[in-house]
Amino acid sequence: MTAPRDKFGRPVVVVTGMGIMTSLGAGKADNWAKLVAGESGIRTITRFPIDGLKTTMAGTVDFVSVDPFSSTALSERMADLVTQEALEQAGIGAKGDFPGPLFLAVAPVEVEWPQRSELGRAVGKLDLTYDDLLRISGGGKYSAYHHRFMFGSVAAHLAETFGTKGSPISLSTACASGATSIQLGVEAIRRGETDAALCVATDGTVNPEALVRFSLLSALSTQNDPPQAASRPFSKNRDGFVMAEGAGALVLESYEAATARGAKILGVIAGCGELTDSFHRTRSSPDGKPIIGCMKKTLADAGMEPDQIDHINAHGTSTPENDKMEYNTTSAVFGELVQKIPVTSNKSMVGHTISAAGAVEAIFSLLTLEHQRIPPTINYDIPDPTILFDVVGNKARDARVTAVMSNSFGFGGQNASLILTREPA
Amino acid sequence: MTDTPASKPGQTEVWITGIGLATSLGEGLDANWAALQEKRINVDEKGFAPYIVHPLMPVSFDSQIPKKGDQRQMEAWQRIGTYAAGLALDSAGIKGNKDILSKIDMVVAAGGGERDLNVDCGVLTAEAKGANAPGFLNERLMSDLRPTLFLAQLSNLLAGNIAIVHGLGGTSRTFMGEEVAGADAARIALSRIASGESDIALVGGSHNGERKDLLVLYEFGDFNLKDKFAPVWARKDHTGFALGSAGAFLVLESRAHAEARGAKPFARLSSVVADLAKRKQPGDMAATLEKLWAKLPMHEGKGAIISGATGAEPATSEERGFLKSHADFPVRSTGTMFGHTMETQFPLGIALAALSISRGALFPPNDSTGTEIESQGAPTQIVVVGAGHWRGEGMALVEAVR
Repeated sequence: MTAPRDKFGRPVVVVTGMGIMTSLGAGKADNWAKLVAGESGIRTITRFPIDGLKTTMAGTVDFVSVDPFSSTALSERMADLVTQEALEQAGIGAKGDFPGPLFLAVAPVEVEWPQRSELGRAVGKLDLTYDDLLRISGGGKYSAYHHRFMFGSVAAHLAETFGTKGSPISLSTACASGATSIQLGVEAIRRGETDAALCVATDGTVNPEALVRFSLLSALSTQNDPPQAASRPFSKNRDGFVMAEGAGALVLESYEAATARGAKILGVIAGCGELTDSFHRTRSSPDGKPIIGCMKKTLADAGMEPDQIDHINAHGTSTPENDKMEYNTTSAVFGELVQKIPVTSNKSMVGHTISAAGAVEAIFSLLTLEHQRIPPTINYDIPDPTILFDVVGNKARDARVTAVMSNSFGFGGQNASLILTREPA
Repeated sequence: MTDTPASKPGQTEVWITGIGLATSLGEGLDANWAALQEKRINVDEKGFAPYIVHPLMPVSFDSQIPKKGDQRQMEAWQRIGTYAAGLALDSAGIKGNKDILSKIDMVVAAGGGERDLNVDCGVLTAEAKGANAPGFLNERLMSDLRPTLFLAQLSNLLAGNIAIVHGLGGTSRTFMGEEVAGADAARIALSRIASGESDIALVGGSHNGERKDLLVLYEFGDFNLKDKFAPVWARKDHTGFALGSAGAFLVLESRAHAEARGAKPFARLSSVVADLAKRKQPGDMAATLEKLWAKLPMHEGKGAIISGATGAEPATSEERGFLKSHADFPVRSTGTMFGHTMETQFPLGIALAALSISRGALFPPNDSTGTEIESQGAPTQIVVVGAGHWRGEGMALVEAVR
């Protein structure tokens, strides 16, 4: 018999539905099978020409098609599909009538190149200015592009399709966005505002400009051949992250509401924490204090001690700086335990799903708890000798896992961590 | 149940203890208040003709963003926001207060940053002249895009820059989604403080309306006001919004936290509610506004409404209908005075409501249609209404502290 409230007197928040999509495939079953088999979803980009690019591979989701194509439309479609999967599993509410709010992590929305070029062609001049574009943009011909490129458009679509309640929130905390969407849901349930929340994170932004932007910041791996070997977290020869697409959806409920309706409980969001780093736009404070503080806050929020964490689902981007910083900060929090706790990075296989990563990895963490099996970090052939994590290298490992910490760190000093458990504490 | 009324028993009272404004009317509270009193509107009808914008009244960014390197890393929308955030921290008396800034929670409503128009036009011109090799776009972007431009465009980097420049080390969340993002930012910050999850928060947004790339986006939907300026209520036959540049930030604080440090409130933020009307049938939006209105814990006493109506249709007419059924609350429009500042409009509305309450008077009307009427005396409760030009409805109740 478990208490419906945690040790701080707040409602326990459980997960009753999950949906996922990555470059590995659609759905939990397919993703999990490929993940524990150590398969990579990273491939050479075929969606657009790769000539002139330094990085030519990514974890694209090519098996979902949208027409006309835009990254925002792909993000929306993936969010639709993972939400359907999560709602089917949760069996909550009625079709088109979800009994709670939506928190959506989504990449910032903007007019994209295919549409901009279409406008340019419509102008029909050789020397173009924005005034020329402006002159032909009105009159209703492109009104669909207004709706498509509103920041709130994906959330509005999901809210209408699934009947979530209230004002849906679209959020971005960069690479921590997925974790933030879950945190917002947890907080709403803990405050007693709702019994259920739909937390969705989606990112379909592998397009030329997005790739170029990260490339110009020297953030991406350029080990293009073979693409499957490019993402190598915690390896000595890691050289950057691999952009990827994906989506994750979680149905959160209060333990009380979930058990009252006889729902199967898939896991518990035992703790969440976040802490801002004001050191630099893209780099962590050299002393790691904000990340250390973030992990400590999350442990405190869960009412847990470091020795109760028996697995870490790392941010593990495969950039030289992140992985080293993550090790140093984790060491500061976990002390000697840092060499004993198995650590893995899903990004070795699915790449970095950016806005979706926090949710995608929370779902993989919950599947790890369910299957008592930790997916590997592939391409772990030359361990970085300065990173003394117990990396689950190359082969999945059976393990007793009761509590997982999942970390997300992003540009703009965004740090967020989650602690997921199998059963309410 | 997904709204967050803050007047439940046992919930903490939340005060507005800091306001930072940098707008087309000026910087700071006195300059904005004076312009409102004088019904002074700052529009540029020529620079973006035929489109009309409310340009930012120039400010000396150095005073809030001392490092030139920081200024260079930002585009205008981020500079405006970082500047206004600094003013809000000053106003609350917590600028440089490391103890408080290290724990302050930030919720920012943001769009995205400006594009490099020269790069865009260079690519389009080359395409028009026949450039069609595979990889042409890649090569141009790789060579022409400024490497750090991305960081000046990313939505969450407004919050990131505020944290860096002003030394904020608490939490940071960025909400997107046009107008209602501003309401949701206030709603979440309020509910976190009211429930005891947080003691103090910096909430707000910023917008650069002087952008042709944004004009293109809104022109797709024929939303831009053209040719001639008119107050928002007088645009029924000449519809649209005039984009405005503004940064508006608020410091929200639990009463206990404010009293402990001797901070004085401008007003109390009692409630923020928001919803998403389907807007498929006429009347959908007005019905949602009525529903939100009914959720506000209003008291007896002199009230007013500060509306963020855009001038776009059919939303503005629906809102006017809603306002008519609450005619005992005199109306003021931020859209007329400041232009449409999108994500910033709602925080701006809360700021002006708090300012009006603290100064004991509503600012004068500026409207020829009768929607805004003269009002005497000090309002003790002001409802901020924010209905998006396309989607999203928000409402807040700002009250005098009792």
